[in-house]
Amino acid sequence: MHTKTTLLAHLKPHKKAKVISIGGGRCFQRKLCTMGIREGQIIEIVSKQPLMGPITISFGNCNITIGRGMAHRITVEEL
Amino acid sequence: MIKKIVLMGNPNVGKSVVFSRLTGANVISSNYPGTTVDFSKGKMRIDGKRVEIIDAPGTYSLEPSNNAEKVATEMLNDADVVIDVIDSTNLERNLYLALELLERDIPVVIALNMWDETKHLGIHINEKELKKLLEVPVVPIVALTGEGIKELVSQIKKAKSPEKIKPTSEEGRWVEIGQIIKKVEKVEHRHHTIKDRISDLTIKPFTGLPIAISIIFLAFWIVRFIGENLINYIFNPIFENLYLPIVENFGNSLGEGFFYRFLISQNYGQIDFVESLGMLTTGLYVPLAMVLPYIIAFYFMLSLLEDTGYLPRLATLVDNIFHKLGMHGYGIVPVFLGLGCNVPGMLATRALETKKQRFIAATLISIAVPCMAQTSLVFAMFSDASLGGNLVYAPIIYILMVFTTLLIVYFIVGFILNKYVKGESPEIFLEIPSYRIPHFKTTLKKTWMRIKWFLKDALPWMFLGVFLINILYTIGVIDFLANLFEPVMSGIFGLPGETSVVLISGFLRKDLAVGTLLSFPAGTFSAMQLVIVATMLTMFFPCVATFAVMMKEIGIKNMLKSAFIMISVASIVGIILRLILIGV
Repeated sequence: MHTKTTLLAHLKPHKKAKVISIGGGRCFQRKLCTMGIREGQIIEIVSKQPLMGPITISFGNCNITIGRGMAHRITVEEL
Repeated sequence: MIKKIVLMGNPNVGKSVVFSRLTGANVISSNYPGTTVDFSKGKMRIDGKRVEIIDAPGTYSLEPSNNAEKVATEMLNDADVVIDVIDSTNLERNLYLALELLERDIPVVIALNMWDETKHLGIHINEKELKKLLEVPVVPIVALTGEGIKELVSQIKKAKSPEKIKPTSEEGRWVEIGQIIKKVEKVEHRHHTIKDRISDLTIKPFTGLPIAISIIFLAFWIVRFIGENLINYIFNPIFENLYLPIVENFGNSLGEGFFYRFLISQNYGQIDFVESLGMLTTGLYVPLAMVLPYIIAFYFMLSLLEDTGYLPRLATLVDNIFHKLGMHGYGIVPVFLGLGCNVPGMLATRALETKKQRFIAATLISIAVPCMAQTSLVFAMFSDASLGGNLVYAPIIYILMVFTTLLIVYFIVGFILNKYVKGESPEIFLEIPSYRIPHFKTTLKKTWMRIKWFLKDALPWMFLGVFLINILYTIGVIDFLANLFEPVMSGIFGLPGETSVVLISGFLRKDLAVGTLLSFPAGTFSAMQLVIVATMLTMFFPCVATFAVMMKEIGIKNMLKSAFIMISVASIVGIILRLILIGV
């Protein structure tokens, strides 16, 4: 199987990916977790605002917008 | 005995609509003691007995990560029953809070809200199985239409705390949730619905920005339309036909003298609600008949936009710009609220996480966000015939000059503050809820709450300002100060010396400032000078009410810093405008 891990921030719009690991502080991890972003979750990039703006991702029936810096702390496997 | 019911749930699950459905008209919004978090409280009847019901702030878990969530958690302590409102279209995530609640020793009822939407989305939930697994009543409801609400009320008595669910770790909970989901939920492959497509279009930069601009323009057009009609058909007739005769009679019985000038009019026997400057004439007319109608229209529109779920998308689109100003996309919400009345705008800065963000947001609102009072006064200045005699272009050109200047100032000052104010500016982290048809009653309730803010927190201060200014005016202090500052006006800002009266009285009373302006003989100001006066008047100082709230929100030291910034910026902008518009 050919798999490719990358950072969420580097994923292109409309690509799907599986969350591999979440870096950053414990508080950040918990915040994502209670909102439903955990390891193993499949997510899709909805939009990326230009000039290093925030990224909107969707999973299940849920959309959230996170800052580009946060997206750099999430490692995903492109599907 | 059930005495207190607390509504809990994730943000954006339609909790406030459920609250609206359960409570009657007597709803109070108050501040949780010792915090800056607002919540609503109401009453409902169960078996003929009155029960208190509280709408707790939305929270994702009981291990709070911010003040609002902390309050929600504390409210649990004196709850007799908890109604956990769950978004059925997001069952998995919502179950985390549900499990945390069930682990505690409090009776719980679960309301599966938005039950109708699960069908459109191809989500099948076996609510009977869920009830068996969780051991508490589970009621599917559609709060928007009221479906299932009766059933929910009847199940409140059967609320209980389950025996099988034991406190566990975060990981443990997710494992449990996984098992529950496997047993109760089936999801078909879903097609993109029209709603999804609209959602996508409004959040992608290329389509989202033009849509955002159109929506904002449309919204303001509607606000103007509603506001104007309220004034022409309701507020003006009341003042002209009902109130005027009363004031006239009262004035006649007072007779000419100090009290007449103070309460009714500077010119005996002539009452003009805008120009008379009396406490009972201009003092009441401007806030109630010129400003309040627009406040009503504005907050109705804003609450509508909020309840459809559009604002988080707008916040996403503008995040980039606001991040450069030291805030994040959510910073646009206080700006919008501030365009109505700066007081709620100040209060809304609480939604930003750090002190730095709140300081910048509050300072920028007071400098560059004109409230409805200021906006309508700017409009009045340029459309009034006595001043309009000198206008070379259409009034709207000058009005645009004023607002464009304010916009530019907002960005430049924000950019500079971001560089020099110490502290952190965390990134945006925001849930984007699905689009929803607003529930009219809930929207109206929210609008009313906001109007109440204006009436309760801003209006008394406005009257106090009117009172003080009228005293200072009548005893001659204003004229003294005005004479003192006359050279500054003509020397630095290129304005007629009389302008100092306007700017000084504008400290406490913007309405009086414009009233004074309008009472100058035509030709006192050139059109460009008026642009400078209008811009400086808006930037110089917010009203007394905003000041009071600002002091409470950011502390007296920061408020003084902010006031210093305001005066400096207003002066600098005044000089720059002079150089550009009038020349040296």
